[in-house]
Amino acid sequence: MAEEAHGDEGGLVFHPMDQFIVKPLFGDGPVGMFTITNVTFWMAVAVLCVVALLVLGTRGRALVPSRIQSIAELAYGFVYKMVEDVAGKDGVKYFPYIMTLFMFIVFSNFLGLLPLSFTTTSHIAVTAVMAMAVFLAVTILGFVKNGAGFLSLFWISSAPLVLRPILALIEIISYFVRPVSHSIRLAGNMMAGHAVIKVFAAFAALAAIAPLSIIAITAIYALEVLVSFIQAYVFAILTCVYLKDALHPHH
Amino acid sequence: MEGDVVQMGAYIGAGLACTGMGGAAVGVGHVVGNFLSGALRNPSAAGGQTATMFIGIAFSEALGIFSFLVALLLMFAV
Repeated sequence: MAEEAHGDEGGLVFHPMDQFIVKPLFGDGPVGMFTITNVTFWMAVAVLCVVALLVLGTRGRALVPSRIQSIAELAYGFVYKMVEDVAGKDGVKYFPYIMTLFMFIVFSNFLGLLPLSFTTTSHIAVTAVMAMAVFLAVTILGFVKNGAGFLSLFWISSAPLVLRPILALIEIISYFVRPVSHSIRLAGNMMAGHAVIKVFAAFAALAAIAPLSIIAITAIYALEVLVSFIQAYVFAILTCVYLKDALHPHH
Repeated sequence: MEGDVVQMGAYIGAGLACTGMGGAAVGVGHVVGNFLSGALRNPSAAGGQTATMFIGIAFSEALGIFSFLVALLLMFAV
């Protein structure tokens, strides 16, 4: 869409959203269901990185861990404690799923920060699949674990009786908005950060403000490193919160 | 001519949608500020509540992201 839309424009031209175009990796054909695109490539790289860190890194099983093994152990312990604290003892059973989500998102976000790379998590299509999977899993789990008692999540028994139907409506709406906000939060944060970096990079073409623009890029890049981690953390911790709601729907 | 008016409306709408980000900024600042004022009064209890703070940030930030999304949709999709 974007490339045809750009005609011959003069002056200060920048297209901050062009970095998010999905292109086939080989050739110029149309992007179909099974085309290998840059998204596919960077997702595969992210998976390989996770495997390299968690499988190959801990293969030695040293009592005194090597550098890479201690990073893997730190990541494991970090996510494990988060699941245990937020979802409770019986949420630990679902720890592998949350660990998988967290590691994949962390690596996708950080790989996206490399120059010339592609941020897979900046596409709503990618994050929506993960958020929908979480939403469906949590809803099904809630009904399997609690039966119809899961619906008491929407019927707040501590509120006055008059208010309960109104609150139930609000709770139901907020429940169904969950996958939307869950996915758009991650995609929006990543997209916004990368677009802002590109906008400042375009200002670097003007000699007068180039130093200022380079300082700004450095600062925003540092912020993006932070945001990359925090957004993966937020995605994982919200999954834990939803899981807790499914396991213990009673307020 | 008609197309230009629609384009103008979309751009104005995109600009207006950005005011929502200011609201999100106020919300996130409020969450973190209150967390800090509570944490400095009782630092020993603060460590266990950082996760709660991040959940609060995520919820208030989501609405700012929604306004950003509306702006993007108006700029590129409409």
